[in-house]
Amino acid sequence: MRRLLPVALCFLVTPVAAADMNLTVEIPTLKVAEYHRPYVAVWIEREDHSVAANLAVWYDVKKASGEGTKWLKDMRQWWRRTGRDQSMPIDGVSGATRPAGQHQLRFTDGKAPLGTLAPGHYELIVEAAREVGGHETQRIAFDWPAKAPVHLAAKGTDELGQITLDLNP
Amino acid sequence: MKHTFVRAALAAAAMVLPFAAQAHKMWIVPSATVVSSDDALVTVDAAVSNDLYYPDHFPAQLDNLTITAPDGSQVKPENPWTGKVRSAFDLPVPQKGTYRIALVNQGLFANYEVDGQKKRWRGKPDEMKAGIPANAKNVQVSEMASRVETFVTQGKPGGDALKPTGKGLELVPVTQPNDMVTGEKATFQLLLDGKPAADLKVTAIAGATRYRNTQDEQDTQTDKEGRFSFTFANAGMYWVNASTEDTKTTVKEAKQRRVAYTATLEVLPQ
Repeated sequence: MRRLLPVALCFLVTPVAAADMNLTVEIPTLKVAEYHRPYVAVWIEREDHSVAANLAVWYDVKKASGEGTKWLKDMRQWWRRTGRDQSMPIDGVSGATRPAGQHQLRFTDGKAPLGTLAPGHYELIVEAAREVGGHETQRIAFDWPAKAPVHLAAKGTDELGQITLDLNP
Repeated sequence: MKHTFVRAALAAAAMVLPFAAQAHKMWIVPSATVVSSDDALVTVDAAVSNDLYYPDHFPAQLDNLTITAPDGSQVKPENPWTGKVRSAFDLPVPQKGTYRIALVNQGLFANYEVDGQKKRWRGKPDEMKAGIPANAKNVQVSEMASRVETFVTQGKPGGDALKPTGKGLELVPVTQPNDMVTGEKATFQLLLDGKPAADLKVTAIAGATRYRNTQDEQDTQTDKEGRFSFTFANAGMYWVNASTEDTKTTVKEAKQRRVAYTATLEVLPQ
């Protein structure tokens, strides 16, 4: 019993769960003659626009020999801020394009790809670019870490639908 | 043969035209300036025209085309072609960094008279003796050096391609030329023979002039360090031009040197 006590104390002082963020990105269903799934990038910028974390990049990973990376630059802001510094694919971040619908992503403080964000003011950015379609960027400003659960949202108009960001302390 | 000569003469005239009139502009424009794949290829047009960027007058000659890769090496164009009003070529861009694609022209331009008839000659210094008759009178020789260029970047901008050669007017990036977006100030430095080109007028004109009534020219001036800045509200291709004259000629027959610089810079939307 005496040996177990320190272990039990550890459990008491460690938070039950690390701070996390739950993100929902909606890719709208579009009635168009020629539809290709959009390329989507999700990242976090500091106030000076430097990139704090790359969270997701959905692109055509299956296309042969770099054909898929050819259009990465169409996510213009992502490409300029961070994409052009990356070597694709990015482990734990990049993946295949996704169909229309709601996509849930969960990121945990201290774990890749979110890592540890210094306390401060940030923006979450979602950028979508669709072949023979349009381009849209949505931003959600937030403070990290959240002191209490926070629900934030943005609504896209063309290439993005509802975006929600839930922060948990 | 005669046709070729006339064309060469007209192209030469166009090259020095910034000094005389703004009617004809020489330009080189790539199909894309920012690319994201090792397999990416751009196709490039070069011409002398009235409207930007519509080939409607003469092709730019590709004889003096110099393409520098990010590692500083010289690259050959693929499928070069010169038509009636435009030259074109393909350029694969496998290296990460910025490529410089330049038409660098240097030569002599002479006006003279033979038996009261006004004549013109254009050529290289070693061709002058044969080119201008011995009985020519009122021979006035001027030297010209022009650089017409554009930039393409695969991946992150940078590399050795933009290292100045120290000859003529050249652009040194403070802002990378392929890192320009609407609403953000872009700053560059102009060098003349490797030294800051101070107090020089720099003009920028957006492309697609066909679809508006005015040139909407934007002017600025280089400072003591040869630096100048533009903030463009609208995305598009911009023709940026500066020129000057001095007496720093390389041949003694030439009293005057005309130096011109033109870049095509793309400004992307935010």
